[in-house]
Amino acid sequence: MIPPAFEYARPADVDEAVRALADAGEEAKVLAGGQSLLPLLRLRLAFPELVVDVGRIAELRGVREDGDSLVIGAMTTHHDVIRDPLVRRHAGLLAAATATVADPAVRHRGTLGGSLAHADPAGDLPAVVLAMDGELVAQGPAGRRTIPARQFFVDYLQSALEPDELLVEVRLPKTDGWGFHYEKFHRVAQAWAIVGVAALVRRDNGRVAEARVGLTNMGTTPLRATATEEALAGAGDADAVARAAESAAVATQPSRDTSASPEYRAHLARVLAKRAVLAAAGMG
Amino acid sequence: MSDTVEREVGRARPRKEDARLVTGQTNWTDNIAVNGLLHLAILRSPMAHARIDHVNVTPALERPGVVAAFSGADLAEGLGSLPCAWPVTEDIVLPDHPPIATTEVRYAGDPVAVVVARDRYAAADALEAIEVDYTPLPPVLDLEAALAEDTVLVHSDKGTNRCYDWPLKTGEDFESVRQRADVTLKRRYHQQRLIPNAMEPRGVVVTPLAASGEYTLHSSTQIPHILRIMLAVVTGIPEHKLRVIAPDVGGGFGSKLQVYGEEAIALAVARRTGRPVKWTESRSEGYLATHHGRGMIQDIEIAANRDGTLLGLKVDLLVDMGAYLMLVTPGIPILGAFMYPGIYKMGSYELNVTGVFTTRTPTDAYRGAGRPEATYAIERIMDELAAELGLDPVELRRRNWIGHEEFPYTTIAGLTYDSGNYEAATEKALALFDYDKLRAEQADRNHRGDSVRLGLGVSTYTEMCGLAPSRVLRDLRYAAGGWEAATIRMLPTGKVEVVTGTSPHGQGHVTCWSQIAADVLGVPFEDVEVVHGDTQAAPQGMDTYGSRSLVVGGTAVHHAAVKVVEKARKIAAHLLEASEQDLEFTDGVFSVKGSPDARKTIQEVAFETFTSHDLPDGLVPTINAEHLVDPDNFSYPHGTHLCAVEVDTETGQTRIRSYVCVDDVGRVVNPLIVEGQVHGGLAQGIAQALYEEAVYDDQGNLVSGTMADYLVPSAPDLPEFTTDRTETPATSNPLGVKGVGEAGTIASTPAVVNAIVDALRPLGVRDVRMPCTPERVWQAVREASR
Repeated sequence: MIPPAFEYARPADVDEAVRALADAGEEAKVLAGGQSLLPLLRLRLAFPELVVDVGRIAELRGVREDGDSLVIGAMTTHHDVIRDPLVRRHAGLLAAATATVADPAVRHRGTLGGSLAHADPAGDLPAVVLAMDGELVAQGPAGRRTIPARQFFVDYLQSALEPDELLVEVRLPKTDGWGFHYEKFHRVAQAWAIVGVAALVRRDNGRVAEARVGLTNMGTTPLRATATEEALAGAGDADAVARAAESAAVATQPSRDTSASPEYRAHLARVLAKRAVLAAAGMG
Repeated sequence: MSDTVEREVGRARPRKEDARLVTGQTNWTDNIAVNGLLHLAILRSPMAHARIDHVNVTPALERPGVVAAFSGADLAEGLGSLPCAWPVTEDIVLPDHPPIATTEVRYAGDPVAVVVARDRYAAADALEAIEVDYTPLPPVLDLEAALAEDTVLVHSDKGTNRCYDWPLKTGEDFESVRQRADVTLKRRYHQQRLIPNAMEPRGVVVTPLAASGEYTLHSSTQIPHILRIMLAVVTGIPEHKLRVIAPDVGGGFGSKLQVYGEEAIALAVARRTGRPVKWTESRSEGYLATHHGRGMIQDIEIAANRDGTLLGLKVDLLVDMGAYLMLVTPGIPILGAFMYPGIYKMGSYELNVTGVFTTRTPTDAYRGAGRPEATYAIERIMDELAAELGLDPVELRRRNWIGHEEFPYTTIAGLTYDSGNYEAATEKALALFDYDKLRAEQADRNHRGDSVRLGLGVSTYTEMCGLAPSRVLRDLRYAAGGWEAATIRMLPTGKVEVVTGTSPHGQGHVTCWSQIAADVLGVPFEDVEVVHGDTQAAPQGMDTYGSRSLVVGGTAVHHAAVKVVEKARKIAAHLLEASEQDLEFTDGVFSVKGSPDARKTIQEVAFETFTSHDLPDGLVPTINAEHLVDPDNFSYPHGTHLCAVEVDTETGQTRIRSYVCVDDVGRVVNPLIVEGQVHGGLAQGIAQALYEEAVYDDQGNLVSGTMADYLVPSAPDLPEFTTDRTETPATSNPLGVKGVGEAGTIASTPAVVNAIVDALRPLGVRDVRMPCTPERVWQAVREASR
């Protein structure tokens, strides 16, 4: 648990950070809250030559409104996300899911951007941002680009960010009026989700008008339960929701580890999708 | 004692230790700084089993900051085999156990080479430069396959993986009991391997004095005294030249009841380099290198009459020793061997223990050490028997337990339980739990076919602890005695130093020993300090494990204090010009009967003894006193634990809804400390039932190698505990105490699993293997419904 030696840079602003990343090529890693990177370093699973600590860049923190979107700085901590009035009002799902992340100590250090850029399918927030149809804004030497969440999560621990790009903000369409719920299943409070389901439901006349369902830890990336989303359209009661949830594991490739087999994860996805959607739809 | 002075024993004193611990003014081994300190890092085998063909440490020497590097062969000279102090049978197979491997590695984590460097980072980096050529050998992982003919051997020179067979047979022949019994049940239970998780990882610092050949070894250990003797033997450093200090030690749970290779290696490297050396394990290194606990297959058969009367018990254990025998590895199941009959009367008992070598981390003591395993098996099968007979599980126990009027009672296993009241503890627990109401709710949920089922688990237990009568240890072939020592020093100003041979690592001995001494001496609690954990300052002791410290060590403190009073009485009588018989001693004051103004406090007597200006002729000028206690018997705490769980049959998730325990640990010295011990014990026992397991893959690699995969529960995962007590004093010591360190761990595991099975029994489930993970529970429900 002793990390290998590395160089350390602490840029004062985003431009300086991007220059540091560009100069280091493929050998740099960004240090945000450190809750994922530091364990990797200590286990000697990552050997960066340069660690770029973006913790002092004030412009990366905070939440603001931009029309129909909410814009959250990448370095906003989980703790600040949970307490932010704009997030609570316009992105309740994110606030609810973030409150289930790890423990208070981790939530005070860990950041939204760090957890998304880490692209761990077992993390809670990737599936949430995916379910919310969020966008991720990256800044590189050539300027800024916006990446839809559907394209951001490429593979296990691999995002669409280029080595010289820094994730600077997360844009979430406001979900005012939508019901939401994050159903997390884990063995102990501090453990990662075995499976998690993020549900957003817009109701019309007591029926599900539109549903979005994100899946945590059901493949190498966060996933949308597309078949369930389609089947939910028009669902008017708990039985219809339960039937729709039966297809929650379609087109998923859940992994095997000490906590669960793929078969059990698929089963959990169906049960948890039913529960999450019922709760989000107020039918629970 | 008068009404004005509150007795210390029984008082809920906040711990003296805590102000220091919670403000960080502690002296952990890793905090120790010495001039010229070198940092030791250890290269460990990445394979469970392999021949070492070649080790080249030279490239490491070229790394920055590196001072020396050694292979196993380099250090072999002057390092003997690590000791096993408990060869349980005459013909036990005792393999050689080099502190650092030389020719073969036998578990993933076996030390292969070491580096010492000027800082910890340089040492860790340099390990990567060491070249080792291995020829992989097949791992030995399955306990039954390991005993087959022509199988792979962990120790090829021994010709077998069978370490020992230890039989016990008492009472009527079990075969004849089986023939006439109305009911026999046979079950197989698995005690998964557990990894102890002391808050402070292990660490060692060795400081050599080259000129005099003296060594001071600080270690995060439970056993500084035993360690000193054993390391003297292993390293050849004369015992009187080796001082061992256990500074602040952050927990052990048995994992620091050990003589570790790293301690011997650090001594050897300090001897070689002439420099002080420090080694501190990381958590994941400790998961490989610190001994594990449990790890056995239990075949248990019970015979009973239709009315529930137990007739006999037959138990066969296959126990995973791991790759080597460490300090008391073979003895752990023997500590459990006498406890399978539990609190019950029966006429026949047969047991056989078979120790088996595997290519995994060695096993050894872990909180409860053999007794949790025994309690689990008997309490699980009692529930199965109750179900078979259609009896309430509490009622079945009531029909078989030893009645309170029957004590002292000699069990079928040959132990004499001195005292107990199982009826009282059980009645109190049932009332607190609201057993009948919960049963009604359970029936209602079952009737409705609720997807969330309610289950009630009961576990009654007793344990043999307070280790131990030395003659019994001799009969069990344990290499040492079980006495404990205490010295009380009365300082000139009237303050008191209690020197104890116990070695606390979180238990609160400083507080409790102060309470005991303060009561006998009649001095303020605050005037007592306790010295421990240093073979120079507290030279005599047998250390801390097996819930022994209060029962044996606390009793020694009591007796030593009584001796101080008797010595002081002679001097007080002289000073007060009275005869000893005319002196009263109350609340620390000697007074002459009938002349209340003629008085001397014991603290004044201490000063008079210091000056020695006016002592009786011929009196040795000290009132200090020493006492050693060798107990006549074990002590037998007991209790009744009740657990209610809700099991979500859709997901397999178990939630503990309520937990009630009523423990009888005898007389209580400090209720706060007892409460803390029970809470911690429950957490660890529940963790075995639901969360923890050392998982190996089919190549013998530890898969649950970090705390991300080895799930230790924390506060949000545990229910609120309702704890209460009955107090039936032990008759084997003057304090009436029984020990509380292991009780919670022993009782809670079967209570939780019994509750889970009870919840699912209507669905056809008869057992769930530990840990009862959500997936295992879900699978059990699925398979039962097929």
